[in-house]
Amino acid sequence: MNVNKSLLPLVNPLSKDNPVIVQVLGICSALAVTSKLEPALVMAVSVTAVLALANVIISLIRNTIPTSIRIIVQLVVVAALVVIVDQVLKAYNYEVSKALSVFIGLIITNCIIMGRLEAFAMSNRPWQSFLDGVGNGIGYGIILVIVGFFRELLGSGTLLGFQVIPQWAYDHGYQNNGLMILPPMALITVACIIWVHRSRNKDLQE
Amino acid sequence: MNRQSNTYTIIYSIVLVLVVGVVLSVVYQALRPMQVENINNDTKRQILAAARIVPENGESIAELFTQHIKDSYLVDMAGNKADSSVDAFSVNVAAESKKPASERLLPVFECTTDNGLKYIIPVYGAGLWGPIWGYIAFDDNGDTIFGAYFAHQGETPGLGAEIEKPAFRSQFDGKDVFSANGDFTSVAVVKVGKEPQDKAWVHAVSGGTITSQGVQKMLFDSLEPYTTFLKNLSSKANQ
Repeated sequence: MNVNKSLLPLVNPLSKDNPVIVQVLGICSALAVTSKLEPALVMAVSVTAVLALANVIISLIRNTIPTSIRIIVQLVVVAALVVIVDQVLKAYNYEVSKALSVFIGLIITNCIIMGRLEAFAMSNRPWQSFLDGVGNGIGYGIILVIVGFFRELLGSGTLLGFQVIPQWAYDHGYQNNGLMILPPMALITVACIIWVHRSRNKDLQE
Repeated sequence: MNRQSNTYTIIYSIVLVLVVGVVLSVVYQALRPMQVENINNDTKRQILAAARIVPENGESIAELFTQHIKDSYLVDMAGNKADSSVDAFSVNVAAESKKPASERLLPVFECTTDNGLKYIIPVYGAGLWGPIWGYIAFDDNGDTIFGAYFAHQGETPGLGAEIEKPAFRSQFDGKDVFSANGDFTSVAVVKVGKEPQDKAWVHAVSGGTITSQGVQKMLFDSLEPYTTFLKNLSSKANQ
């Protein structure tokens, strides 16, 4: 693929270096918020916002951070941003913040965020870090949305709350698969995505 | 300056924490009024939902609420309006449900609907993973349920969480909470094939047994203190 080299931090995490299916980070939240498509979308946007902002802030102050407390500094920045996202959601989109409840707080513990701060923002300039944050956020979001799509479609017969499986299918004996809504199916769906992804990208196979 | 020295590290962390603290408190203060309004509107939406009033597109919940809820007050176990300056809307039902029944503040909301005056009573209990709560609207005979609304914090989607779906809630419409001889029986939530003869029942959510039992217990425990109040309503209606 021919991409401008400066855009690599944005493009790489979308596929070849995807945080969820290649680095297998952030699985815990991929499991928790994907039983419906809408929370998956909001979670993707929230993580992208937090990750991009945290990357920029850490990158800006990277030369002032004392090495011995760098993880703590990163955590404080991330935690503050997450609290702000949570408060903004509560004020402007109460329904979604109710649906996500504790998961927003759990963004703090999302391994992708700490991973990117430590591996990228600590040693790169703000603009590159911003791109890296957006790229990884979107890379994470794509997987969340794919998983959420299949789990909501097969588990509830709806997408974004709208009925998509027609009533006549139910009349002819079709049933929603209740197992899709339960957490284990998120892992199995992620595993299926990894399978497809690796069989298309031979160089990722170990 | 030596960035690895202890002094630098300590000063750095103090400054960082101060800055973050100030930013967070400013955000909190700025957004607080909107959050409180959202929370209140959500409660109002739930109360109205029990009386089968659902806002159409664009209708403001706050307006609907003042339009329909003409009166709200607290009652005591003896069914009398409690002389209290406490606003029924601001009563914390969760905290009240942990007190012994005789000490509870018992809120009642009077709701005027197209189908007559309804009395809405909040209920609160425990599901499988966390709290469940709801609002029950009674007809003015104090016996028949006009509508029920249930919500939950974190019941399993597709299983226990089904209690908030209309398919489960609408089963309660028209059920009587008093038996023929006037005993308070509440409404049983039972499996198919286990329907009791002596009281009103609805079918439990399949796969959501614990949550369903929670609903049954919540209804009984939360409505029982209102027994006299509801009976007074029915004797008033019979006059």
